Amino acid sequence: MAKPRIIIVGAGPSGTRAAEACVAAGIRPIVIDEGRRDGGQIYRRQPDNFTRPYEKLYGTEAGRAKALHETFDGLKGAIDYRPETLVWNIAAGQLWTASGTVQEAIPFDALLLCTGATDRLMPVKGWNLAGAYSLGGSQVALKSQAVSIGHKVLFMGSGPLLYLVASQYVEAGADVAAVLDTSPFSARLKALPDLLAMPSVLWNGVALTRTLKRAGVTVQHGVTPVEIMGDVESGVDGVRFRTASGREETIACDAVAMGYHLRPETQLADLARCAFAFDPGTRQWLPERDGDGRASVAGVYLAGDGAKILGARSAEASGRLAALAALVDLGLSVDKGEMASLRGDVANYAKFARGLAKAFPWPVEQAAKLPDDAILCRCEGVTAGDLRVVMRETGAKEANRAKAFSRVGMGRCQGRYCGLAAAELIAAEAGVPVEQVGRLRGQAPVKPLTIAIGEE
Amino acid sequence: MGPSMNGASDVIIVGGGLMGSSAALFLRGHGLSVTLLETDLIGRQASGTNFGNVRRQGRGFHQLPLANRAIAIWRKSRELLGADVEYLQSGHIRVCYRERPELVGAMEEYADKARLEGLDLELLSGNALRDKFPFFGPDVLAGSYSPTDGHANPRLAAPAFARAAQKLGAVVHENTKIIDAQKLGEDFIVTAADGRTFRAPILLVTAGAWGNALSSQFGEPVPIVPRGPNMSVTEPVPYAIHPAVGVMTPLEEETVYFRQVARGNIVLGGSTRGPSFPDQYRAYVEPQNTLSQLKHIRRLAPQLGKLNIIRVWSGIEGYLPDSQPVMGPSATTSGLYYAFGFSGSGFQIGPGVGETMAEIIAKGATDIPMAPYDIARFAQA
Repeated sequence: MAKPRIIIVGAGPSGTRAAEACVAAGIRPIVIDEGRRDGGQIYRRQPDNFTRPYEKLYGTEAGRAKALHETFDGLKGAIDYRPETLVWNIAAGQLWTASGTVQEAIPFDALLLCTGATDRLMPVKGWNLAGAYSLGGSQVALKSQAVSIGHKVLFMGSGPLLYLVASQYVEAGADVAAVLDTSPFSARLKALPDLLAMPSVLWNGVALTRTLKRAGVTVQHGVTPVEIMGDVESGVDGVRFRTASGREETIACDAVAMGYHLRPETQLADLARCAFAFDPGTRQWLPERDGDGRASVAGVYLAGDGAKILGARSAEASGRLAALAALVDLGLSVDKGEMASLRGDVANYAKFARGLAKAFPWPVEQAAKLPDDAILCRCEGVTAGDLRVVMRETGAKEANRAKAFSRVGMGRCQGRYCGLAAAELIAAEAGVPVEQVGRLRGQAPVKPLTIAIGEE
Repeated sequence: MGPSMNGASDVIIVGGGLMGSSAALFLRGHGLSVTLLETDLIGRQASGTNFGNVRRQGRGFHQLPLANRAIAIWRKSRELLGADVEYLQSGHIRVCYRERPELVGAMEEYADKARLEGLDLELLSGNALRDKFPFFGPDVLAGSYSPTDGHANPRLAAPAFARAAQKLGAVVHENTKIIDAQKLGEDFIVTAADGRTFRAPILLVTAGAWGNALSSQFGEPVPIVPRGPNMSVTEPVPYAIHPAVGVMTPLEEETVYFRQVARGNIVLGGSTRGPSFPDQYRAYVEPQNTLSQLKHIRRLAPQLGKLNIIRVWSGIEGYLPDSQPVMGPSATTSGLYYAFGFSGSGFQIGPGVGETMAEIIAKGATDIPMAPYDIARFAQA
């Protein structure tokens, strides 16, 4: 009998560990990744001709990054690795890929989606100006190209990545204007019992804050962003915000990095027709899965931050666990004791993730209060006011309906960046719980696809 | 009054697409009370997911009077609806390829006959064609240009008609799935899945791919097949392509079309249609159909190969074997009317269908030729 064909999408922490488990079981998986090199976002590898040391690139996570990269390098002869390849659709047991204009349809017996995450963004007036980046984007600039997004960079939003990227900028010698956290400091104290599930990670977080303090960077908690200031010609020139005590202040800068923790990249699970459920803790719709990563569709497995944001360490464990589950389902023998132990690890990471969600809450009220003249959907240039007018005129209260009438979420990102905030705005405007607003239906292609695809 | 009595009106319309919504609006114009029942949301399937061609060119000659009636409504849609459905009279061009020179003769013949029905077409070939439309590829031989056709936004059209009807007093119930319809005495009793009932002496079925479920209840099954359009859209680029463009060819796979909206996105459609699933209210774009569409688009307009598509979509359309809709009165039941099964080409004529059905119901007659659409053509001998 031919060996089963396993396809892993994503070569970050979960994809790498999944591939490792498949190879150990004697299977040569196909590993498809959009990136030019493995490592994913968090352990993104620098271009070949760059030689910065691991400690400089990954700080406290240098050891993990190195171990993961070495594992992947060691697997290269034993896997069918396809970098710079986009999976643009899934249908009838086949993945449809594009690499440049080369198109391929690849059948699979098991599909492991290790698709990772992007920033969760909360629109603010002026976030469409040149010089406004996501935290992830600002980190990519630094990690991949060793450049800063500006001369004087302000970090705004919430979540662990806010402190991590700000301190990475400080250590790289950049001028950090301030770190503005929308979460009140008290939230962090309330979250401590859950955060203690992973004391070493908690300690790393404390160390980041110390780095910022030592560098003399202003860190403010409980702020409310008002506006990213500047103009279309010259881009960002400052940030206006309200302090925790309600005073309005302005800080000059020429670039802003913003983000509110992360959101999973679930479009492929959607195209694979997996069932989704609303997760009240994160206020996001997530693909359903069992404790080992099995999706509602037979043969599809979900792991890492692409399924739910539990962090890079959890991604390594859940990637391996999902691969073991796939191997079991394909009739291969695996170590059941290891699976039980991995389940325990993931449960502990989940507790820590709950703590993070409490410590750095998603400021939903900002979406509700977004001023009418602020851009909500950057791809299509739709303002909050445009959406409110459409809702009043058409009675649309559901995400896809509001999209059809207003174009919010209809552009090239398909709502990946504005969809969560738009749902909160719709919920507030309609006076319904956000889960009633529903979720945007994903459509192929997952990312823009060239019309020249398949050209000879 | 009990809940079973709250649905009494002069006319019940089952199916809230463009046909049902526009019929509701025009029936109000005749002073009849209307209840419009939609199983999901207004205009979500065929009416909302089609290409958006407001095209008379290429229709059968018997359909041109209806199409002419419709174009008059599209032209005044902004005033009529109090909403912008992005109707643009920017022209439509149908082209043929060098390997089928015989189609030039067919285009000329069509133009001669269409002129008699009030549709003026201009035939262009060679340099004249490429001077005017430089985006065409070298395979394109000739084209037939209709300056008075154009396009509109399907996502906006049917809901705008339904809202206009509502403003004039029509009652619209969305999320109302009809599971039974029968005539008791003088009235039709229409029952929803949740038990609500609606009553009226006249019933108009505009239920698209679902129409057969109701016509069968009255002894008039039709061989309708659900399919889904194959649609894509590019990222926005500067507005440069004014007419909607389509290919004249006997092969379905080669039949592609595109139009650019004023915002800049180019909507691509055609090549092989996909399956659709009326019971699930979903239609999926098959990846191989996307690829076939893009291949034929590159042949038609090679420069488009430099762009990306950002989204694909489909919807549920009902196709009849002769590609003509079922439209007009029932052959078995008085007071029962149909307008469904538009076979992938109902968008342009939609408002004309609504106005004509309202006229037939309110006045008992119309000048529009209706014989080709008679449901009796499917009656088993």
